[in-house]
Amino acid sequence: MQKDSVQRTVFVALVVCLACSVLVSGAAVALSSIQKENKRLDKVKNILIAGGLYDASQDIQAVYDDKVVPLLVELDTGRIIGKEQYPAGIQASTYDLKKMASDPAMGRLVDPAEDIANIRKRPKYIFIYEVIENGKLEKIILPIYGYGLWSTLYGFVSLGSDLQTIQGITYYEHAETPGLGGEVDNPRWKGLWQGKKAFDESGEVAISVIKGTVDTNNPQAQYQVDGLSGATITTRGVHNMLHYWLGDHGYGRLIETLKQGGTRG
Amino acid sequence: MAEVIEKEEQAPEAPSAPPLNVRELLLTPVFDNNPIGRQVLGVCSALAVTTGLKTSIVMSLAVIFVTAFSNLSVSAIRNLIPSSIRIIVEMTIIASLVIIADQFIRAYAYDISKQLSIFVGLIITNCIIMGRAEAFALKNPPIHSFLDGIGNGLGYSTVLIAVGFFRELLGSGKLFGYEIFSLVTEGGWYVPNGLMLLAPSAFFLIGFFIWIVRAWKPEQVEED
Repeated sequence: MQKDSVQRTVFVALVVCLACSVLVSGAAVALSSIQKENKRLDKVKNILIAGGLYDASQDIQAVYDDKVVPLLVELDTGRIIGKEQYPAGIQASTYDLKKMASDPAMGRLVDPAEDIANIRKRPKYIFIYEVIENGKLEKIILPIYGYGLWSTLYGFVSLGSDLQTIQGITYYEHAETPGLGGEVDNPRWKGLWQGKKAFDESGEVAISVIKGTVDTNNPQAQYQVDGLSGATITTRGVHNMLHYWLGDHGYGRLIETLKQGGTRG
Repeated sequence: MAEVIEKEEQAPEAPSAPPLNVRELLLTPVFDNNPIGRQVLGVCSALAVTTGLKTSIVMSLAVIFVTAFSNLSVSAIRNLIPSSIRIIVEMTIIASLVIIADQFIRAYAYDISKQLSIFVGLIITNCIIMGRAEAFALKNPPIHSFLDGIGNGLGYSTVLIAVGFFRELLGSGKLFGYEIFSLVTEGGWYVPNGLMLLAPSAFFLIGFFIWIVRAWKPEQVEED
């Protein structure tokens, strides 16, 4: 066969493609269990960070198993669903927020009029996490997401046992500009959230991310957090997603349920 | 991609059966014929992933792996590849190696893989790799090509790591995420240079690098 003949060309192309596909699929299959485990641990780690439980020296899985309890919530009603009644296919360890939101049976479209966080879709059922220390409820950790400047930010916000005081906020996935919007990852900024009040006396969402620095003498200061300089739109995204998720269309009903000492699964 | 074709002609012609000079193959691309500094290839990725040292190093390792093995495999089958599908065959090999590298990074360096995100995948479009496969691996035996790949990967890494070092140090006052300069925001003295965190700063740093190397080795200066 001549080097440039048609048969030779097709033959070489086929052999190269075959060899490459074997290598690529081999690597993908062999490594997929480690990758899945990484993803899961990363999520666990972020739940712990949001709950203020993360300590690099400790085994995160052990801390999680010891102190964190996942609860499945039906968002529209605020009802907590018992383990026996989980809808088919839902499990705390494999729950995938994005998949659930896009699944026509498990998610729903958000009415554009109420979609202040620009999320378009959200799951019907979502896992929240309770932090139990010494048999007492310390915090609840709520998943949140919403659009910033370039990307959807995925994260958690945690509330104290009074269901009013913010204990922490963290994002585990976003693609905002490093150094500007990306500063949502800055530990100092995340620290500013601690102790702020999410709701005012009447129970309305009051937390607000403002431009510049919060004036501590202002009576509103307990509801305000400094915006990130150079990241107006990301900051507005954070503000909007908190208003969406803590409001009536997000966890508002759940928080009502919990306040009334509601039913536990 | 147009870059690759142009550079092809400039690349040094290798003799048909060259003696194996390991030192030369490995070290020439680092300073004398640096792919970024001399040939100005692969600059795009050098801008994106160099905000920190850690990401620069992982990216460098991935590129060394891909250039070395793409050169090796292209060279191994260089006499079998019909010239009409030469580039496609090279691309297939390079793309497969990049996916493998990406899968390994996701499995063993998950945090870094999140920061590198799509840039590992974009190694495919890195002109250095294609350029070396075309200019060197097609004309030289496998061992030579393999070493040439490592050498060019090292040349790329030198620049990437140098740029990553200065960007992380001046932009966030840290190295490998550990604090070196205490920042004003944490009560220290150093006001971080925000420009260093943005892509244009890598242009300035690469410019300085090229300037320094050419001042040291004036023979690299192109004639007008």
